[in-house]
Amino acid sequence: MTKNPVQNQPLVKYEKVSKKFDDLEVLKGLDLDINQGERVALIGPSGSGKTTIIRMLMTLEEPTSGIIKVDGTPLWHKEVNGKLAPADENHLRKIRGDIGMVFQQFNLFPHMTILRNVTEAQVHVKGIPKDEAEKRAITMLEKVGLGEKVDAYPLQLSGGQQQRVAIARAVVMQPKIMLFDEVTSALDPELVGEVLEVIKEIAKESDMAMILVTHEMDFARDVADRIVFLHGGLIEEQGSPKEILENPQSSRLQSFLKRFLSTT
Amino acid sequence: MWDNINVYFDILHKLLPAGWMTIKILVTSALLTYLIAFIAGLGRVSQFSIIRTLTMIYVELFRGTSLLVQMFWIFFALPAFGVEFSAFWAGVLALSLNYGAYASEVVRGSILAIPKTQTEASIALNMTRWQRLKLVILPQAFRIMLPGLGNNSIELLKGTSLVSLITLGDLTYRGLIIQNTNLSYTVPVFILLLILYFIIALPLIILVRRLEASASKGVAKV
Ligand SMILES: Nc1ncnc2c1ncn2[C@@H]1O[C@H](COP(=O)(O)OP(=O)(O)OP(=O)(O)O)[C@@H](O)[C@H]1O
Ligand SMILES: [Mg+2]
Repeated sequence: MTKNPVQNQPLVKYEKVSKKFDDLEVLKGLDLDINQGERVALIGPSGSGKTTIIRMLMTLEEPTSGIIKVDGTPLWHKEVNGKLAPADENHLRKIRGDIGMVFQQFNLFPHMTILRNVTEAQVHVKGIPKDEAEKRAITMLEKVGLGEKVDAYPLQLSGGQQQRVAIARAVVMQPKIMLFDEVTSALDPELVGEVLEVIKEIAKESDMAMILVTHEMDFARDVADRIVFLHGGLIEEQGSPKEILENPQSSRLQSFLKRFLSTT
Repeated sequence: MWDNINVYFDILHKLLPAGWMTIKILVTSALLTYLIAFIAGLGRVSQFSIIRTLTMIYVELFRGTSLLVQMFWIFFALPAFGVEFSAFWAGVLALSLNYGAYASEVVRGSILAIPKTQTEASIALNMTRWQRLKLVILPQAFRIMLPGLGNNSIELLKGTSLVSLITLGDLTYRGLIIQNTNLSYTVPVFILLLILYFIIALPLIILVRRLEASASKGVAKV
């Protein structure tokens, strides 16, 4: 966060990143750049490694090999005498502050009010004074349409409301990049729209980069600068929403989209 | 059996100071038990394997041997190695180390019962390890462990009667002396002992019931 990003340097860079779970090779040497402020939608069949890609960036899953760089600094490695050694918790914490994530199952803190959910990390992690942090939290909660719910507990809210709180909790930390992992797939269909609207709104107002794992193709078309289609642990095809959704090249993407559009 | 109510009052009068001793042992051991339980319970889930191993050895050692033998060790055997405790502290120490080992399992279990996704959410907010534990995991684990720790304290109360075997004048000890000096008091003494132990346990029993009720309500309300 201290140094200025080099001009044109991608914010996030996956270099030959592989991930194995025991014998299952989920990613096979992924190369992927995310630019400052860019919105990238990840699509692909179930099990193609979409979640794994963003969990590795959130430091929840360690790559088996390869390097992930954030602002040019390796995330999972630190340089010791010119060599790359495995990163320790201190190193991870330095970089993690630039990254935020919203989970499929919201993962709010059930023992805290909505306000405290959105305030706690500001105070304890960023050292923002409590009244200031609460002001920012309330502004953020009003933005996601939950200004009246500040004193409620998570389990008193609908899934859509909980997910909007989770978005507020992550965005209020002002990361450089936000990760969204199928944030509407645990919701009842009638609650999906309100959450997607909130994300679109935030995308419009801020210059955060975003990686959005989604099955909502209309949403991807609206928000994304680029859509990346994953298959078998590699990028099969990528391009602008128009290119990917209207003029898919590979037969796998064509059949994925066809299957997809026919089921919705 | 109820022919001579005065006998009961006479025995009760002699037992009450010993009841006070039992309560003193109970409260002191309970405080020490919970302190040990927390340290050992957190040790069992430490990121450092040495700490995990050492606390596991402690827990299994004290769960795997008898409380009475532990008490005898501390009171009768340790002085041979130059470590001497009064009967009170030997009793309290043995009770706390023994029940602390059991209670640490309650602490450990309740920490492990908190879903991993809660830790992941707090990592995503860039909390330190200590902040994750203090702000997110322990407050939730606490509700789960309370009924278990309450039950543990009821067990502890029953365990206190063993201190009578290291010459400490608790309820059981005093009751046995009264019964020994006048065998016709046998029935009244044991009836009164039951009642007195139950009266001491009653607040704990009610507390545990309340804690169980509030724990089963979930975590929506603080
Ligand atoms: N912790 C884990 N241990 C073992 N296998 C795992 C683990 N996490 C993921 N996997 C496996 O890795 C593969 C890729 O998982 P991932 O969650 O990244 O896929 P995905 O593209 O997000 O799929 P979906 O659309 O179903 O969410 C799957 O086969 C999954 O079962
Ligand atoms: Mg997934």
